[in-house]
Amino acid sequence: MGAEPDTVSDTAHDTVAETVRVEGTRILATLIRTVGDVQIAEDAVQEATLAALGAWPVTGVPPQPRAWLTVTARRKAIDIIRRERARPGKEQDGLRMIELARSDLPPDDVVHDDLLRLIFTCCHPALSPPTRVALALRTLCGLSPAQIAAQLLTTEAATTKRLTRARQKIAAARIPYRVPAQEELPDRLPAVCGVIHSMYTAGHAPIDGGAAFDVDACAEAVRLAELLHDLLPEQPMPTAVLALLLLTEARRSARLDEHGEVVTLDRQDRRRWDAAASTRGIALLNDSLRRSYGQADAYQLQAAVAAEHARAASYEETDWTEILRLYDLLVSIAPSPAAGLGRVVAAAEAADSATGLAMLAELPQSPRWHAVRAELLAREGRYAEAARELAESLGGPATQPERQHRERRREAFLQASAPTASDQRKS
Amino acid sequence: MPQYLALTYTADVNWWEPEQASELAVYRQFAVDNADSIQASALLHPTSTATVVRVEGARGGNVVTTDGPYAETKEALTGYYLIEAEDLEEAVAISAQIPAAWGGAVEVRPVIVAK
Repeated sequence: MGAEPDTVSDTAHDTVAETVRVEGTRILATLIRTVGDVQIAEDAVQEATLAALGAWPVTGVPPQPRAWLTVTARRKAIDIIRRERARPGKEQDGLRMIELARSDLPPDDVVHDDLLRLIFTCCHPALSPPTRVALALRTLCGLSPAQIAAQLLTTEAATTKRLTRARQKIAAARIPYRVPAQEELPDRLPAVCGVIHSMYTAGHAPIDGGAAFDVDACAEAVRLAELLHDLLPEQPMPTAVLALLLLTEARRSARLDEHGEVVTLDRQDRRRWDAAASTRGIALLNDSLRRSYGQADAYQLQAAVAAEHARAASYEETDWTEILRLYDLLVSIAPSPAAGLGRVVAAAEAADSATGLAMLAELPQSPRWHAVRAELLAREGRYAEAARELAESLGGPATQPERQHRERRREAFLQASAPTASDQRKS
Repeated sequence: MPQYLALTYTADVNWWEPEQASELAVYRQFAVDNADSIQASALLHPTSTATVVRVEGARGGNVVTTDGPYAETKEALTGYYLIEAEDLEEAVAISAQIPAAWGGAVEVRPVIVAK
């Protein structure tokens, strides 16, 4: 990007970049199988992408961008393999060169399976969870190591190193490029869904940083959830993940007001929620539940909580008893700090703040834990304690808007506690 | 066919102790069940029999030996299997049958193939 960006060509560039990125994933998926090497395939697609980004803004996007990119990427792969072959000890079979020299496009069902191969390889259980996320962002979303580093709150150098090690392990340990058999899917899908969910969480609720959420990161996760659901429409878990993401996305724009300040759920303008996304999310959730024969998983339960909020016309009309029941189930099958805090809030609403406070005492402390405790104490009129909890909470990491929100609440609680303090002095 | 070294990490046992007999029988059964894949294997004497060798400075320097294992850890290297497998998933499926996998851990490492 130059110092004075030309908006017209920037828009053209964005369109080209988006086409290239979406098509790139498809092409990469097939090329990895043909070439048998993630690194060579990625380099070839990368070179084809750069060629497109160089040519298309000038020539215009060709009538069949997919064909153009596919053939270009294959040619680049041939070049790379020839260069490799020039190095000693790299004899390549002629078969894949013949395959690469073809000019026709792979049929859709082949690409379908190749995309699944790519997804299951990136999310292989033999790779660590953070590596799976980084690899998915790189190969499935086409993000650069710098973009991945920004999303995962790490450095570009660390991301590059992680990706290089992952590709080396896939090649050296021979992680197979294969779609798991139908009966293996229940074992393998949780890792894939976990990657999509943590990608979304990193975008929707970052631990740190200047923004309350990262729109691009959320969009990438939703895109991947759509793709996985599209590829495996009969599997309940990917359907539930997509439902959860859509239901959560539906409320995202209402989480900040026009000044960029945090608006908590009780004060959100529900007209700003995306009703179409909610409706689709609820339909997907129902479909997922039907297919899993009443055995709810963690994504279905979280989606069901989100669906309850979507159904309620106002905060006051929320069915907190049902939400508490869902959180009880969630905590029993997939305990996590976030689920525990969600359960506390639901219990405080369904019963009273004292019940919430008692449950909170059982949970591990964290910046969010202190923030939740502060709100519950304030409801009991214990403002001085509430302000102290928020001070505790501000000692840990939080996004800038969330930090400002907590500062404002702390100010309000301090003011509310002032008369109490003077009363105490009098007595 | 690709080869993998499956290293077993378990409690630092003496395989010849009578109480290891039943455990040892399970290892033998694993070896029989997977005879086609296992290229080589060994069970090791306990780490108390180990000697660590270091040469001071560079090659030809003083040979310094230390009694006992290289590192004191809860789980020790107690044996290995060199296995042949089509890919990592097959190697993992075989390794999951080694008793060490539930009594400790099995580290599966791909072997570099000579060019």
